[in-house]
Amino acid sequence: MARPLVSIPKSVRRGDIFDIRILIAHPMESGQRRDDSGRAIPREIINRFICTYGGEEVFRAEFFPAIAANPFLTFSVRAVETGMIVMTWTDDLGASQFESAEIIVT
Amino acid sequence: MRAAALPVLVLVLLLHALPAAAQKRSGYQDAGPQVRAMQDDDAANPGFLWVEQGRAAWQASPPGGPACAACHGEIAAMRGVAARYPAFDPARGVALDLTRRINICRTERQSARPLASEANEMLALTAAIGVESRGMSHRIATDGAMAAVIARGAALFNTRLGQLNLSCAQCHEERAGARLGGAVIPEGHANAYPEYRLEWQTLGSLPRRIRACLTGVRAEPWPAEAPEMLALEAYLAARGEGLAIETPGVRP
Ligand code: HEC
Ligand code: HEC
Repeated sequence: MARPLVSIPKSVRRGDIFDIRILIAHPMESGQRRDDSGRAIPREIINRFICTYGGEEVFRAEFFPAIAANPFLTFSVRAVETGMIVMTWTDDLGASQFESAEIIVT
Repeated sequence: MRAAALPVLVLVLLLHALPAAAQKRSGYQDAGPQVRAMQDDDAANPGFLWVEQGRAAWQASPPGGPACAACHGEIAAMRGVAARYPAFDPARGVALDLTRRINICRTERQSARPLASEANEMLALTAAIGVESRGMSHRIATDGAMAAVIARGAALFNTRLGQLNLSCAQCHEERAGARLGGAVIPEGHANAYPEYRLEWQTLGSLPRRIRACLTGVRAEPWPAEAPEMLALEAYLAARGEGLAIETPGVRP
């Protein structure tokens, strides 16, 4: 899997709400399509995405086959304290990938 | 007093009429608001997944030769390049689009194999080079050896093709702005490639887009490497002269 594009502010004020936006390169193969010779293309999608902030889960999503390739996720989090934001996603092949960034709370 | 006011009025009317008539309309303007918002936001535009991959490929040394960066420096040095392609290569005596140009560097200077125009790494490189020209006017050389290439493309653009017996011009000029099924027929410009199409769910080259239109009229599409394809690419660029480069564009 290719690296995702993540946008998170570098620093925010305590108590403020900030957006986390992430674009993930993934074919999201639905399992409904056939190749040129008529064989079914096996399903291969990201099925779960979890984001933690300072070790605590703040966002989770289940993915389904109808989601388009290269999914874009955006969600909001309230700034509590300086810490690591870790995003993890898993696909049907069992492969996990993660991406992390530090957010500084002033 | 009256006599003086009239020419002024005429001039004002002319000034209003002229830009409208001369204005070209990017396919961006015909895409819906959600598609435009996706293109406008680099964090949401999936084309940037390829741009990032292309920037990494630019720095990476292949086994057989130096990295692109070793000869060309920072990729920012490519500013303006995509805006003047397709271009004529006097050393080799041929017209090249960016894909062909990159393949020459790969084969002659990196001892690497040429990449297909839809290969991920090729799309990544053309996207990363193209984005450096974002906002610049697309303006290719139209004189010298390019004149003949563009003329050939113009002839093809106006030729009826396929079982539907339609020319590119019949849709993209005579019917531009009208609807075909659910889609607005755009003017068919080349200023946003490689482009992310939601229908493809991936980035694609201009030849891929043209092939889709050819298949649409049930014509046998030319391969990306065919001289006819390059001629059409060159003609589209010349026809869209002055439009701002939008690479990587997003379309429905
Ligand atoms: C039957 C009408 C029709 C014909 C004939 C046709 N096209 Fe198209 N073309 C379309 C439509 C409709 C779209 C937009 C599709 C969409 O957005 O889903 C399009 C899109 C395009 C685009 C993309 C523009 C952009 O903003 O990215 C280009 C370039 C293009 N056509 C070139 C051509 C060329 C070259 C030919 C002749 C070989 C051609 N088309 C023939 C209907 C046509
Ligand atoms: C060993 C040096 C070398 C390497 C490596 C190299 N190039 Fe080049 N490149 C050149 C030279 C010299 C030219 C000038 C034109 C020519 O080849 O005739 C050029 C021209 C170009 C141009 C056209 C620039 C213009 O102004 O029209 C592009 C685009 C380009 N290279 C892209 C690449 C990419 C992408 C890579 C890596 C995949 C690469 N090059 C690797 C030496 C190199």
